Amino acid sequence: MRDRNDGPSYGRRVTAAVWFRPSQQNIVFALFAVLFVLFSLFLHGFLTTDNMLTLLQNVAVLGILGLGMAVVVIGRGIDISLVASLAVPPGLVLQMVQNGHSLPYALLTAFALSLAFGLVNGWLIAYAEVPSLFATLATGLFLAGLGQVALFKLDVVQWSPGMNALTVIGQGTIAGLPVPILMFGLTAIAVMLFLRLTRIGTYIYAIGDNPNAARITGIPTRPAIVLQYVLAALVGAFAGLVLAASVNSMPTRIYNSTLIYDVILVVVLGGIGLSGGRGGVLNVVIGTLLIGTMLNAMTIMDVSYSGQNLIKGLVLLVAILADSFVNPRNEETAQQGDI
Amino acid sequence: MNERLVSLRYRYWPDHLVGEILSKRWTETAIPAIVLVIVAAAFSEAIPGFLSAAGLADTARQACEIGFCVFGMSLVIIVGGIDLSIGSIFALTDFCALFCLDVLGWPVWAVIPATLLAGALLGAVNGILIGYFRLRAFITTLITLIVYRAAYDLLIFGHSNQIAAAFPDIPIWNFIGGGTIFGVPSIVLVYAAIAIFGHVFLTRLRPGWHVVAIGGSRRSAFNSGIPVRRTIAQCYVASGFLTALGALFFAARLGTVGGDIGVGLEVTVLTAAILGGISLGGGKGSVAKALIGTLIVLLITNGLTTLSAPGGVNRMVLASILLIAAMIDIRWVKNRNRIISKVYVSPTYHAMPPIPATDPDSGTPFALNDRLRDVTEIGVGRIEAPEDIILDGDDNLYAGSRHGDIIRFFPPDYERMEVYAHIGGQPLGMAFDRNRSLYVCVGGMGLYRITRNRKVEKATDETNRSLRSVNDDSRLRLADDLDIADDGRIFFSEATVRYEMHEWPVDGLEARGNGRIICYDPNTETTRTVLRNLKFPNGVCITSDRQSILFAETWGCTVKRYWFAGPKIGRVETVLDNLPGYPDNINLASDGNYWLALVGMRCPALDLAWRMPGFRRRMAKRLPVDEWLFPNINTGCVVKFDEQGRILESLWDLGGVNHPMITSMREHRGHLYLGGILNNRIGRYRLAHADPDFVHYDRRWGITA
Repeated sequence: MRDRNDGPSYGRRVTAAVWFRPSQQNIVFALFAVLFVLFSLFLHGFLTTDNMLTLLQNVAVLGILGLGMAVVVIGRGIDISLVASLAVPPGLVLQMVQNGHSLPYALLTAFALSLAFGLVNGWLIAYAEVPSLFATLATGLFLAGLGQVALFKLDVVQWSPGMNALTVIGQGTIAGLPVPILMFGLTAIAVMLFLRLTRIGTYIYAIGDNPNAARITGIPTRPAIVLQYVLAALVGAFAGLVLAASVNSMPTRIYNSTLIYDVILVVVLGGIGLSGGRGGVLNVVIGTLLIGTMLNAMTIMDVSYSGQNLIKGLVLLVAILADSFVNPRNEETAQQGDI
Repeated sequence: MNERLVSLRYRYWPDHLVGEILSKRWTETAIPAIVLVIVAAAFSEAIPGFLSAAGLADTARQACEIGFCVFGMSLVIIVGGIDLSIGSIFALTDFCALFCLDVLGWPVWAVIPATLLAGALLGAVNGILIGYFRLRAFITTLITLIVYRAAYDLLIFGHSNQIAAAFPDIPIWNFIGGGTIFGVPSIVLVYAAIAIFGHVFLTRLRPGWHVVAIGGSRRSAFNSGIPVRRTIAQCYVASGFLTALGALFFAARLGTVGGDIGVGLEVTVLTAAILGGISLGGGKGSVAKALIGTLIVLLITNGLTTLSAPGGVNRMVLASILLIAAMIDIRWVKNRNRIISKVYVSPTYHAMPPIPATDPDSGTPFALNDRLRDVTEIGVGRIEAPEDIILDGDDNLYAGSRHGDIIRFFPPDYERMEVYAHIGGQPLGMAFDRNRSLYVCVGGMGLYRITRNRKVEKATDETNRSLRSVNDDSRLRLADDLDIADDGRIFFSEATVRYEMHEWPVDGLEARGNGRIICYDPNTETTRTVLRNLKFPNGVCITSDRQSILFAETWGCTVKRYWFAGPKIGRVETVLDNLPGYPDNINLASDGNYWLALVGMRCPALDLAWRMPGFRRRMAKRLPVDEWLFPNINTGCVVKFDEQGRILESLWDLGGVNHPMITSMREHRGHLYLGGILNNRIGRYRLAHADPDFVHYDRRWGITA
């Protein structure tokens, strides 16, 4: 037994401090854990395997979207057009197959559309220097309008038999796990590898941390920013395919919903600051879990949709309030233009 | 012939106006304004009656309802935040108004404050969270957007039928919703009042400046003592209040509480604000921008609806216009200053006769000599930039310094010195008035007076605004030298109205008549410009007849005489022409003639360049400032001349040992004291054959020692 005052003991205290470091991520995770335990103890039917799988399945699409958003937010941007990316290219796949085109051809077209859309977004933000919030607001509007006018015959594009090869990504189970969860997991791993292991992933963190410094250092900031939005558009389209496959149609009016706000919440609540350069895939997962748990529990408790929103909002407010008390920002540390 | 054309072209074509117009702050709003005009024109072409009175009245009501929200959003953006909850606040306050009126049966005079209070309280929630608890605006208002919307949905679930069933027929309520005063919708009047107040608030009132300062740099605002947290919180309260105001009119006009009221309103409002040119991130914005943005968005959406375009087309057109406008606007705002810096300098044609000879053996009165080599030095290294010097009857020596002080040196050896008065700007020309108050021209500040008990007072810092100038020329930018008439009126020169003091060489590059002579009358405390369009007027001195002044035009290389009284009143005559150098201050000599400082000598290169305005413009556009041609001020001299325009003698320091640079000289008891704006010393030169009792302003005012 070592003396209390020697080195390792000190080291242990440091370790403890790191473990309980009250970052927003940990606070949200703690909140999730508390809610989870409470629901498990007091809510009948919550802690069952079936319910757990339902919970995850319901938030899988939200989680995938959150991953796409995370890439952009880490690079100090925001992509409001993500829901349009989710709705329009996958809707186009369904529509083209319905019209008699082959599935690979339809997928290729949708891929090209997503790619082009991401490039336009990226160009507007990186080269034309339109603020990302505004640029993606407008391009999202444009893409949704394009879908309405030129691409879809009805608001809800139905699944046609030609699509059956894709059913697997939205329905059924592999090794007991529903496929959408697996898709979420796969996307999460892919995005994590991209951010952690590739050079360009590091660039994105650098750009988010300080765009000017990154640029001066010689990082090709503009191409990297374009890549962020291309990735977001592609991830969004993938989420759309998963969604379409799991509900057997593509409700394109989803564009009018407040889904985008949920996506932003998942990302920011998990601890990826909108000022960029912070956070990672784990944050998205934690944010998704918290939202998923709350929504699931409230569904079991039969709370109305508005009631759910109200409670969700209040809980979120508590979470960010707690964060502000634990990690206070002041006039000295605040970054200019960080809204 | 060619040169003649050039001279005519530069004489009549006002090049300098382009830069001056672009430097106006309101040109930042130019692109949104042009977009607005184009959109309005396009739709009135496509839709007959689009801009008719009836159509406009209806558009106006809608525009104002949204316009109130845009004001709120703009305020919050200017302070460096964002308010996404506006749409939900709009819905909740709309419900509040109709609930109070229809279900609770409150009278209208109670409904109005209740609604506005509700809006302010909802905004206060945002304000407290963002201002005091320092939460991030985006995420916080995103959450309150969801919470408020959910609350609204829950509320209308219980009461929408009651409200839908009620048909309140209250005249005042109907008036709010649809009334007009002299044909102007009621809401427009309220909107105009708020807009005018908002403009005054942001541009003229201290709290408004605080808002802009916090948005511009929160840290600096905090460090300079602005109550950052409270101000931010108040902005959100104001945003909620303004939104409630819009909702109140909306409730009075339509009286419904549908499920989709206010859904997506935050997007419309945000679009309007950004399209108007209010930049996200804070610190920039105006009421006019918010107004223009609102109108553009509303015209587009209404126009497309009237054209009954399919929803999708509507969206695509809106999105395209938004993107294009935003892109152009961002380019414009970004490059505006660069364009200004390129076009602001606008040289003009300025031909000079050949330079008179100054060679030692030329036989002209300007012949070079070494007489100033033996000057003694005062305060070497202890004074900086004594542009002018003056001595009083007690032989005290006063000089300006770069640090904004008037320094006093004490006789007899002028070793001891003190700060006589601190003004804050670079003191230039000086003169004593009858009461021995020291009048000083201060660069960048105007005309100041130091009383005998050392009190610094502002005499004047503005003159009458000339109607035809684009730049506001009422402020004095570069008051240079002065003299005082018998009736106490002070005539002083302002070298240029287009540049600041440190930019004086650029004015020389332009060689346009940018300066003026101004008269300040201490008896009536009025200031009037008496002569305009002078080429860098500099030294000023009262002549022997006490009815006119001599003034030097530095870039004109002339000395002229202007009569402010007597039979020749208002006339200007040239006294000295085609000087070999750039004349600066003029002061009286003891023999009744005048001393004139030549700050630098002309050189053929600049003389040639003055005849080639295109060359100088290309230089100003393509080269960095430190590679521009620069008037020579390394070597100058002092000359003595009489009122008939004869040069009597000249004093040089040929080798440039002690006094190469001279901007002013003052004769005093047999000595000539020399000042220079780039010097670190004052020179003292012994004059032979001079009146040993001469004290400039004692003789001027008839005081005998």
